Amino acid sequence: MTNRIFRWGRAAVAGLLIIALGACGEGPWNNPHSAAEERGNVLFSSFSERPKHLDPARSYSSNEYAFIGQIYEPPLQYHYLKRPYELIPLSAASLPEARYYDAADQPLPADAAAEAVAYTVYEVHIRPGMHYQPHPALAVNAAGEGVYFKLSREQVAAANTLADFPEHGSREVTAADFVHQIKRLVHPKLHSPIVGLMSEYITGMQAYQASVQKAYEDAVARDGKNAFIDLSRYPLEGVEVVDDYTYRIKIRGVYPQFVYWLSMPFFSPMPPEADRFYGQPGMAEKNLTLDWYPLGSGPYMLTVNNPNREMVLEKNPRFHGELYPSEGEEQDAKNGLLADAGKALPLIDKAVYSLEKESIPYWNKFLQGYYDASGVSSDSFDQAVRVGAQGEASLTDDMRKKGIALKTTVAASTFYMGFNMLDSVVGGLNERARKLRQAVSIAIDYEEYISIFANGRGLPAQGPLPPGIFGNVSGRAGINPYVYDWVGDAARRKSIDTARRLLAEAGYPNGADAQTGAPLLLNLDITAGGPDDKARLNWFRKQLQKINVELNIRNTDYNRFQDKMLKGNAQIFMWGWNADYPDPENFLFLLYGPNAKAKSQGENAANYDNPAFNRLFNRMKNMPNGPARQAVIDEMVEIARYDAPWIWGFNPKDFRLYHAWYKNAQPNLMANNTLKYLRIDPVLRAEKQNEWNQPVLWPLGLVAGVLLLSVLPALALYRRRLHTPVKKRAAAAASGA
Amino acid sequence: MSMTAIKFVPLWTDVLIYLLVAVIVAFVLYARKREHLRSQWRQVARSRMGMASLVVLLVYVAVGLLDSVHFREAVERNGDNAEVHYSAEVLSVLDVVLTPLRERVEKTYSAPFATHLYAKEMMELPDGSSVRDYPRLDYGGAHLVNPAADRGADILATATQAALQAAAMLLVLFMLVSGVLARKNKLGFATSMGRVLRGRTELPWHIMLLTFGVLLILGMLAAHLGVKYHVFGTDKVGQDVLYQVLKSIRTGLVIGTLTTLVMLPFAVLLGIMAGYFRGWVDDVIQYTYTTLSSIPGVLLIAAMVLTLQVYVETHPELFDTIAHRADMRLLFLCIILGITSWTGLCRLLRGEVMKLREVDYIQSATAFGVGHFKIIGRHLLPNVMHIVLISVVLDFSGLVLAEAVLSYVGVGVDPTMNSWGNMINAARLEMAREPIVWWSLTAAFIFMFTLVLSANLFSDAVRDAFDPRLRKQ
Amino acid sequence: MLAYIVRRMLYAIPILIGVNLLTFLLFFVVNTPDNMARMQLGMKHVTPEAIANWKRERGYDKPLLFNSAAPGVEKFSDTIFVEKSLALFAFEFGQADDGRDIAYDIKQRMLPSLALAVPVLLIGLLVNITFAMLVAVFRATYVDLWGVILCVILMSISSLFYIIGGQYLIGKVLQLVPISGYDGGIDAFKFVILPVIIGVIGGIGSGTRWYRTIFLEEIGKDYVRTAWAKGLTERKVLFKHVLKNAMIPILTGVVVVLPLLFMGSLVIESFFGIPGLGSYTIDAINSQDFAIVRAMVFLGSVLYIIGLILTDISYTLVDPRVRLA
Repeated sequence: MTNRIFRWGRAAVAGLLIIALGACGEGPWNNPHSAAEERGNVLFSSFSERPKHLDPARSYSSNEYAFIGQIYEPPLQYHYLKRPYELIPLSAASLPEARYYDAADQPLPADAAAEAVAYTVYEVHIRPGMHYQPHPALAVNAAGEGVYFKLSREQVAAANTLADFPEHGSREVTAADFVHQIKRLVHPKLHSPIVGLMSEYITGMQAYQASVQKAYEDAVARDGKNAFIDLSRYPLEGVEVVDDYTYRIKIRGVYPQFVYWLSMPFFSPMPPEADRFYGQPGMAEKNLTLDWYPLGSGPYMLTVNNPNREMVLEKNPRFHGELYPSEGEEQDAKNGLLADAGKALPLIDKAVYSLEKESIPYWNKFLQGYYDASGVSSDSFDQAVRVGAQGEASLTDDMRKKGIALKTTVAASTFYMGFNMLDSVVGGLNERARKLRQAVSIAIDYEEYISIFANGRGLPAQGPLPPGIFGNVSGRAGINPYVYDWVGDAARRKSIDTARRLLAEAGYPNGADAQTGAPLLLNLDITAGGPDDKARLNWFRKQLQKINVELNIRNTDYNRFQDKMLKGNAQIFMWGWNADYPDPENFLFLLYGPNAKAKSQGENAANYDNPAFNRLFNRMKNMPNGPARQAVIDEMVEIARYDAPWIWGFNPKDFRLYHAWYKNAQPNLMANNTLKYLRIDPVLRAEKQNEWNQPVLWPLGLVAGVLLLSVLPALALYRRRLHTPVKKRAAAAASGA
Repeated sequence: MSMTAIKFVPLWTDVLIYLLVAVIVAFVLYARKREHLRSQWRQVARSRMGMASLVVLLVYVAVGLLDSVHFREAVERNGDNAEVHYSAEVLSVLDVVLTPLRERVEKTYSAPFATHLYAKEMMELPDGSSVRDYPRLDYGGAHLVNPAADRGADILATATQAALQAAAMLLVLFMLVSGVLARKNKLGFATSMGRVLRGRTELPWHIMLLTFGVLLILGMLAAHLGVKYHVFGTDKVGQDVLYQVLKSIRTGLVIGTLTTLVMLPFAVLLGIMAGYFRGWVDDVIQYTYTTLSSIPGVLLIAAMVLTLQVYVETHPELFDTIAHRADMRLLFLCIILGITSWTGLCRLLRGEVMKLREVDYIQSATAFGVGHFKIIGRHLLPNVMHIVLISVVLDFSGLVLAEAVLSYVGVGVDPTMNSWGNMINAARLEMAREPIVWWSLTAAFIFMFTLVLSANLFSDAVRDAFDPRLRKQ
Repeated sequence: MLAYIVRRMLYAIPILIGVNLLTFLLFFVVNTPDNMARMQLGMKHVTPEAIANWKRERGYDKPLLFNSAAPGVEKFSDTIFVEKSLALFAFEFGQADDGRDIAYDIKQRMLPSLALAVPVLLIGLLVNITFAMLVAVFRATYVDLWGVILCVILMSISSLFYIIGGQYLIGKVLQLVPISGYDGGIDAFKFVILPVIIGVIGGIGSGTRWYRTIFLEEIGKDYVRTAWAKGLTERKVLFKHVLKNAMIPILTGVVVVLPLLFMGSLVIESFFGIPGLGSYTIDAINSQDFAIVRAMVFLGSVLYIIGLILTDISYTLVDPRVRLA
C-alpha cells in the first residue's frame, strides 16, 4: 500500500513539475492573456455582459457602442479633445447645413421664425473614397454577382460563424447606403428604438413604415418567418439620394437637435448587400445576423465574436484613413495629448475584450497590469484615490508608484429620485403636495449619500441640467433655493427644522396627518438585490425618519418595476438619465408634460405636467444657444425647482485610471469612437507585468512541508495498524484498560 | 419608552415557530412515558459533547425566540383623536433588549472597538479651516476624553467588571444546581458540590456549567462593552454589526428548522412507501420527485420568489409593513427550499428501504403476513431513522449556508432582512476594499460557525444513541 | 435489464412533459410576454407597437395553453406551450430571446463546464474517500474526533468564502494563477486549477463526513466481525470488504450527479469567469431569458433522468442482491 502511495506521489510530483515548467515558459504565471498577444500592439479591455445588439439600427446602449462605435461611421462625430463638445464631419465631407422652407416650398432665411418653417432640409455630402471592411456579403464573382447570395439550406446549416465563408470583398461607400440605413430603421423585424422619435421628424417616415409593414406581413404570409423584403422598392419621401456622394433628409418643422442624431450609429452607411446576405433563410437561426457580425467602414472590424468569452476588434485594412487631431484645449498639448497630432489613425492594431462579470477580479487584473484602464468602484476607492483637503482627488502613493494616471469628469448624466406626480399623496401641483415634496427633498441628504455610496464622486444636482450642458449655472446663482442656502462660499442644505416646518404646513405636523393622526407612510419603489442595496435602503429610511416619516420599501424585480412606472403606480422611485447629446433639450424634455410615461410612454417618468413649463419648453427647444435661451431655461428650471417633481439627486463624476503605457487618454462623454485615438506602449507593459507578477512560492513549500510532517507519523502508525490482526490489538487494549 | 400601548403582530414564521416549539414539547411529554425512547434520550443526556452543544443551541434558540415576539408601538401624537395609530415599524422583544445597540448608529464603517470612523472625512476645525481626517464616532468610545491613551485601560476595566459579574452569576448557578441535586439524591450540600465539580453526576453538569459559563462571560462582555463600543464594528451605514449578527440568528434558525419541518413528513413517508411497496406507488412517487428534482433548484427558487413578489405587489393591503413583506418572503423561501430539498432524502430512503426489504427478517415478516404499515413502523422506520437524522442535521447547516448563495444569485431572503447570508454577500465587496473590512464577515462567520458546529455535535450524540447498529458494538 | 432500461426511458417522457409544464407556468405567471419584450428591447423609447412586433416575431402573441380562436385541434396546438415546448423533445432549442442560437451556445459552453466539473468530481472523490478511510481506520481515537471536528469546521464555511478567500490569497497575494478567465486548449489548465482546488476543498467537509458514516456503518456489520475473527489484517478487511460494500451508497451519490456535470457549477463559474453552462444559466435568470431557461431546465431534467437510470444499473452491477424488476 505504501509503495503504491509513493508511486502515486512520484507521478503527481512529476506532473506538477511538467505543469510548472510549462507555465514558467513565458512571462508571469498569472497572465490571463496569451503571451503572443501581450507583446503586440494590442489593447486589453473587458465587457461585463454580452452586447445584445451590434446592428446600428437597434443598438442603443453604451456597452454596445463600445464595439460598434469603432466599426460604423455615422456622418458626424464629436471632436476628441475640444470642449465644449463640438461636432465635426466623420463620413460626411462637411457639416450639413439646415435649409428652411415654408409650406409653399419657398426657401426661408436662416433666421426665420420657427412657426413659419414648414420643413427643414439637410443635405449631406459624404467623403469620397471610403470602403467597407472585407466581408463575405460583398464578395463578388467575375460576373459581378454576389458569391454568397444564393446559399442552399445545407450550406447555411454547415456554417457556424462568419469565418465559414472564406471569400471576402469590399466596395466603396455611397450615399445610397446611408439612405438604406435610414430605411432600415423602420423595418418591422429590427425594432429600432428611435423609429418612434424619428417618424415624428423625418417626413414620410410614418407612411413608409406602414407600407413596409404591410409588405413585410405579406411576405411573411407568403414565405414564412424569414421572409426578405427589398427596402429599396419602397420610396421614403423625406430621404433621397442626390448623387453617389450626396443625400438629403427632410425634417418636419425645425429640429436643431437633429444634427446630434447624425453622430450616432443609427445613421451610418449600410450596404443593402448585407441585408440580402444575412436575410437568407436559416442565417438568423445560426446567429448569422447584422446583430452579431457587423459590416462597417470604420477603423476597426470585429474579427472574433464569442460573447461567451471574448470579442476582438482588428484594424480594418480598407479603412479610408483619418489623422489624429492637431488642436485641442489649452492644457492638452502640455499633457501630451497632441504628441500624436497628424499621425494616421488608428494607432492600435487590435483590441481584445474579455468577458469579466465581477468587478473585483477586473480590478485586481488591472492592478496586475493585465487590463490597461479601469474605472474606480466604490470599494476600491480608498485604495486608489486620496481626496485632499479641498475635496480634490489625487492618486494614492501605491498607484503613483505604479505609474497609474487618474482622470476625472462630471458625467453628462443625472441620478434622481422622482415623485410620481399622479400619486394622491406626493403628486399634484397643489400647495400641500408641493410642500411635502420640498420637505422630503430637504430631508434626503444627498451630500451624505454621495460621500457614503459614491465616495464623494458626484455633485449634488441643483436642477435638471448637469454641469457641462448649456443652461447649467454654477455658483451662488445656480443653487436650488428651495433646498439650499448660500452660506459663506458654498451651498448648504437647509436644516431639518425647515423640512419639519414645511411638512407641518403640508398638513403633517410631526409626520402625522393633522386630521386623522395617522402617521405618514411613503413608499419607495425600487429594484434592489445587490449586496450593497440593504445598506442603501436602510439609509433612505433613516433620512425620512429625521422628519418622522416612515419610508416603506417596495422592492420588486425589474419588469414589475417597469410595469409600475408605465401604469403610473409608483410613488417615489429612483431613476437616471444619460445624455444622448449635449443639449439642454435632452434633459428638460424629461419634465415635458406630453412626454409623461403613464400617459404616452415617454421619458417623463415623474409624469410632471406643468402648462407653464411645457409652453417654455416648446419655445426653448428650437432656440440657438445664447443669452435668450439661457433666460428661458432659467425660468423653466425655477418652475421645476419650485414644484420639486424630482429630488434632483446628483451628477456622478467619472473616475478613470490609466496605466503608464496607455497614451492619449481623454475622457469624452459624447464620443463613442475613441479607440482609434489611443496608443499603447507594449514594451513598457510587458516589463511592468513581469515586475508586478512574480509568483510567491514559499507558502506552497510551507504547506507541502506541514502536510508532509503531519502525514509521515500517521503513515507509520497506519502501516503498523494495517498489518496487525485485530484480535491481537483488542487483547492489547483489554490488558491496557 | 412608554409601554402604554402596543399591538402584538404575530408574523407567519412566528406562528410556525410557536407551533414547532409546541410539537417538540409534546414530543418530550410523549417520550417521557415510553421507556425505549427515554433510555435513548438518557444516553444523549450523558454525552458531554452533546450536552455542551445543547447548551449552546438553547442559547441560540432563546435569542431566536425573543426575536419571534413582534409588536408595534402606538405612535404618540399630540391631538386627542380617539383612534390609536401604530408605528409602521415592527419591533421584537429582542429589539427592545438590544435598544442600545439598535439606536447607536454611526455614519459608516468603523472597526471593532474603534473610537474613530474608518474613512477620512472633511472636518471643520474650530478655527474655521478644514482638514481631512478620521472623525470621532458619535457613540463608540464617546465617553473617553482622550481615546488614544484611555481606551485600552477602559476596555480592560470594563471587561474585568463584566467577567467578575459573570463569575458571580455562575457561582450562584453552580450552587443552585448542586443544591437541587443534593435534595434529589439526598446528599449533603458539600458532597453534591464536589460531585458536580468532578463530573460524578449522572448528567455532565460540570461540562454544561462550563459551557454556559463561557457563554455567560462572552455575553456579559458583550453587554458591558457593547454599550460603550461597537464590539464587532459597524457596517457601511454605521449599524452595529453585533446587533445584525444577533438579529440574523432568527433568520438562520427559521431557515434551518422550518424548511425541515415542511419537508420531513413528505420525504420520510413517501421515500419509505416508494421503496417498500414498489410497483405503481413507487412509480407515482418517483414521478413526483423526479419531476420536481429535475428542475435545477436555483431556477425553481428564482421563479417562485419572483411569483411571490407579484403576489405581494397585487395585494399590498395584506402586507402593510416591511417586516410582513420580508417575513412572507422568508416563509416562502423555507417552503420552496423544502420543496426542492425533500427529494434528495426521499431518494436516499427509497434506496435504503429497497435494500432493507430484501433482508431476511423483513421478507419473513412479509411471509408471515404482518401488515404493511406495521412493517414500516416497526422495522423500516427505526432502521432508516439514522439516515433521516443525519440528513436533517447536514441539511440544517446546508440550508443556513445555501441562504448565502441564494443571496448571491439575488433570490435569497429580503435584502432588508438581517441574515448571515446578506452579511457574507455584502462582505464580498468589503473584502476587496483596501484597507480590508473584515469584521462583518468575521462576526457572521463566528456566529454561524458556532451554530452549525453545535448542531452537528448534538446530532452526533443523538445519532450514537439512536442508531441501532452502532449501539450493538 | 434491457426491458428495464426501455421502461425507464418511457417513464422519462411524462416526467419531461411535467417539468416543461411546471416551469412554463411558473415563468409565465411571473413574466408575461410583454415584460419579456420590454426587457429585450431596452429602456429608452419603447413603444407598444414595438412590443407587439417583438411578441409576434417570437411567437409569444398566442394564448398560453388554449387558443379558443383557432379551429379544431389547433385550439391546443396553436399555443405558446405546444409551439415552444414540443421542439425541445427533438433537442431543438431554438433561439434565445436575444436572438442567439441556443444549441450552438450550449455546445460551446459544455466543454469549459466539464473542464471544471470533472476534475472537481474525480479529485474530490479521491480526496474524500482517502480522508474518510483514514478517519475510519483511526475510529474512536483522537484522530477520528479531530477529523470530524475539522470536517464540521470546513462544512460551516460558506462556499462564497472559499471563493473570495481563494481568489484573494492565491490569485492576488501569491500571484500564482490568473484571478479569473478562461482559454481553450492546454491554456485552460492555468485557469481551472484554482476553481478546481476551491471546489474540492469546499466539498471535503461534507464528503469526508458522509463517507466516514458509510464506512463506519459497514465496519459495524457482522461479516466484518467475522473477517476479523478469522484473523485477517485490517488492511484486507478495509480494502477488500468494507470499501467494496461501501461503494453502493457512494455510487448512488456519484452516478446520479455524473450527467449533471454537463450543467456546470453555478456560482464558481460566474465568479471565475468560466464560460460554462452554469454561468449561462445564471445569466439567463438575471436577464430573464425564458428560452434559455427552458432549454437548460429541459437539458437538466434529461441528464438527471439518465443519472437515475445509471444509478439503478450500477446497483445491480455492484450488488447482485438488488434485482431490477
